[in-house]
Amino acid sequence: MRNSKLVTLEEAIRKSGLKDGMTISFHHHFRGGDKVVNMVVAKLAEMGFKNLHLAASSLSDVHAPLIEHIKNGVITKISTSGLRGELANEISHGLMKEPVIFRSHGGRGSAIATGDLHIDVAFLGASSADELGNACGYSRSENAKSICGSLGYALPDARYADHVVVITDDLVAYPNVPKSISAADVESVVVVDSVGDSSKISAGAIRDSKNPRDILLAKTAAKVVINSGYFEDGFSIQTGTGGASLAVVKYIRESMLEKGIKASFALGGITAHMVKLHEEGLIGRLIDVQSFDKVAAESIKNDPFHQEVSAVEYASGVHQGSAVHALDIVILSALEVDVNFNVNVLVGSDGIIRGAIGGHQDTAADSALSIIVCPLLRGRIPCVVPKVTTLITPGKSVDVVVTEYGIAVNPGRPEVAERLKAAGLKVVDIHDLAAKATSIIGTPDALPFGDKVVGIVYNRDGKVLDEIKNIVE
Amino acid sequence: MEVKNAVAGTLESGDIMVQIGPGKAGAGLVVDLESSVAAQFGKQIRALITDTLKDLGIDNAEVKATDKGALDCTIRARVTAAAVRATGKDVWK
Amino acid sequence: MMFVPGNNPGMMADAHIYGPDSIMLDLEDSVTMAEKDAARLLVYNALKSIDYGDTEMVVRINPLNTPYGKKDVEAVVKAGVDVIRMPKTETADEVRELEAEIVKVETELGCVGRTQIMAAIESALGVVNAYEIATASKRMMGIALGAEDYSANLKTQRTPDGKELELARETIVVAARAAGICCFDTVYSNLDDMETFRKEVELIKTLGFDGKSIINPRQIEVVNEVFAPTAKAIEKSLKIIAAIKEAQAKGSGVIAVNGKMVDRPVVIRAERTIALAIASGILNKEDVQ
Repeated sequence: MRNSKLVTLEEAIRKSGLKDGMTISFHHHFRGGDKVVNMVVAKLAEMGFKNLHLAASSLSDVHAPLIEHIKNGVITKISTSGLRGELANEISHGLMKEPVIFRSHGGRGSAIATGDLHIDVAFLGASSADELGNACGYSRSENAKSICGSLGYALPDARYADHVVVITDDLVAYPNVPKSISAADVESVVVVDSVGDSSKISAGAIRDSKNPRDILLAKTAAKVVINSGYFEDGFSIQTGTGGASLAVVKYIRESMLEKGIKASFALGGITAHMVKLHEEGLIGRLIDVQSFDKVAAESIKNDPFHQEVSAVEYASGVHQGSAVHALDIVILSALEVDVNFNVNVLVGSDGIIRGAIGGHQDTAADSALSIIVCPLLRGRIPCVVPKVTTLITPGKSVDVVVTEYGIAVNPGRPEVAERLKAAGLKVVDIHDLAAKATSIIGTPDALPFGDKVVGIVYNRDGKVLDEIKNIVE
Repeated sequence: MEVKNAVAGTLESGDIMVQIGPGKAGAGLVVDLESSVAAQFGKQIRALITDTLKDLGIDNAEVKATDKGALDCTIRARVTAAAVRATGKDVWK
Repeated sequence: MMFVPGNNPGMMADAHIYGPDSIMLDLEDSVTMAEKDAARLLVYNALKSIDYGDTEMVVRINPLNTPYGKKDVEAVVKAGVDVIRMPKTETADEVRELEAEIVKVETELGCVGRTQIMAAIESALGVVNAYEIATASKRMMGIALGAEDYSANLKTQRTPDGKELELARETIVVAARAAGICCFDTVYSNLDDMETFRKEVELIKTLGFDGKSIINPRQIEVVNEVFAPTAKAIEKSLKIIAAIKEAQAKGSGVIAVNGKMVDRPVVIRAERTIALAIASGILNKEDVQ
């Protein structure tokens, strides 16, 4: 077609004016199936680029090939929400000279919007695109290959990056509408065989956890929600992923039906559970920054009341209109919670990075009630501890911690504690939970951290919260 | 005390598999530990294995332990079971 | 009463968080011959070390006529178990034999009388002898039906409505009541059929059983729901208990609630209702002082 932006990946890179030392960005909507980051960085390495800053919305197990590119000096700086797998392990052991910058999803969105995180070239994978660059995370064509649903985390990059390259494996006829990324923001379109392994992008059918501990935690968390004082007609809710968090929705649903209560909206990462409640009329609107499974991805394509939002609209702390400001209840998980209600979702109890900040900081801070659901113990690993290994979400924004040994309520929320006690729930002091963990498993030895800073954790307001040191074997 | 080759425990989560066999002369107790919680509890687990064996009168043996986050009471039970199987000692008297 | 395999440390470590009234660590059917020694050590160390709180701890031992039974008794008595569950009990003599073994170990430890006995009745002969078994020892705290072995012994099989268990269930309840001890119904092993499970729990509650044996924490809630007394019954029972206390304080022998005389069976039922309400988590112990 006239004015087509179709080029090869190499042409797109040349056209972008990318130079050594610049910042490139990616999104993580293809999760464990992502092929875009590895493909683009391999091409950049082949073309001889050095010293690049890779700013991704998140990175996972599948990005282990970056280790070589870091060793070869192609990538010398990383900004992300999380790290997992071998890449995380190597970085925890001191692979990089410069520390990795960790931001929440809302923190990244606002950093991009305010210019704190300036992106020179964004390489944005899309499940479908036309030749001018209208792109989205689903497809109406018969060739649809790699469906992810919402492209929420890519939207700030599309809007604010100096140069935007859309990469797709499903080129469709112009105009590809409805769209997520607008052709107006896109400089080049690249067609490749595959942007992602669809079996690893999203889970297929949802399975309810049969783990009795998850069920116990979920039922308890549901009782906390129901008796919190915020469970009334028109309430709004967000849940994280993970067995217990997902199952909470199931038990809340029973109570919503029984009491005739409906939610105005559900926010954040949207799952099939939420879609089901929406379709039953129990949740008015879905506000979706990331679609966690195929059901959610289909729903966002077909249902006008299932709205995609950018990371900025979702969770920015500096944009007063962001959706988290209207959120009543959020249910989150944690690797560790300490006696001051500080939460760590990033660094494992062995000192190795194995998680992501995600929207944890953002939703905990701005919701009316934040509930952390985590077992007291995972095997011999304690989850309620005297002090978190790494501070991710400050305790002042955490209200309730649900464990299988009791519920702890932040002393700053005495009214919530009273409501839960009145409902007959087992409310305990968080110090007692930490002591219980110690009595069962003993006191862990201090971790062998070195002196090198391998990661810096930012709060969503752009201030440094904590540093992550290298781990020494 | 004569120590034969013996094993107790499983590789399930929360358990520990303990293999015990004759040690080299004069080498004492040699413990090879692989643990999912090595960073936090490795030293304590090694000490517990050694102490349990010494209490049973075993001070020369090779032990290979594969730990999946077992609690101390489980470690003690599995080490004792392996030792009993290796030596025929009656621990209940 | 929740069954937990005695050779599974992961399950033994956190069985009590689900709030069963009692936990039965099993050394018998869930443990292979080759692992009897290791399971015994595991159960012993778990009982010694793990804080099970208020949960009553039961261990099902191997029959005394196997090479494992007596060693099991020695180990669990030394570990301080609350109750020994004797499998496949058929006669009162077997109970007395177990008692003698317990006394032997308790004498050595200097704690004679500490360990209670529960007998599992799992055969036609056991059902026929139910009352003798229930009254064979002062330590006897309850009898329980083991339906798998029992139905095999009857030359029939388990059915969803439990027709084949009718006589055994009724006999066991009557024997337990006559002996003044507790009675517990058998397990229901299809975890995916909660509806039939609930019906079975409702049935055995009507028959008079004190509780149900379960194999998975997911079954606890159903048992608690079925056995939980209604709010109305709790309120009435609380009034009765309060009236008794008031009468006792006054030194009066006559108790009346809402103008009606209260006699002994009513008081007993009220006390049982309150105990059940506490066990079901509806009332807190502190609320009933």
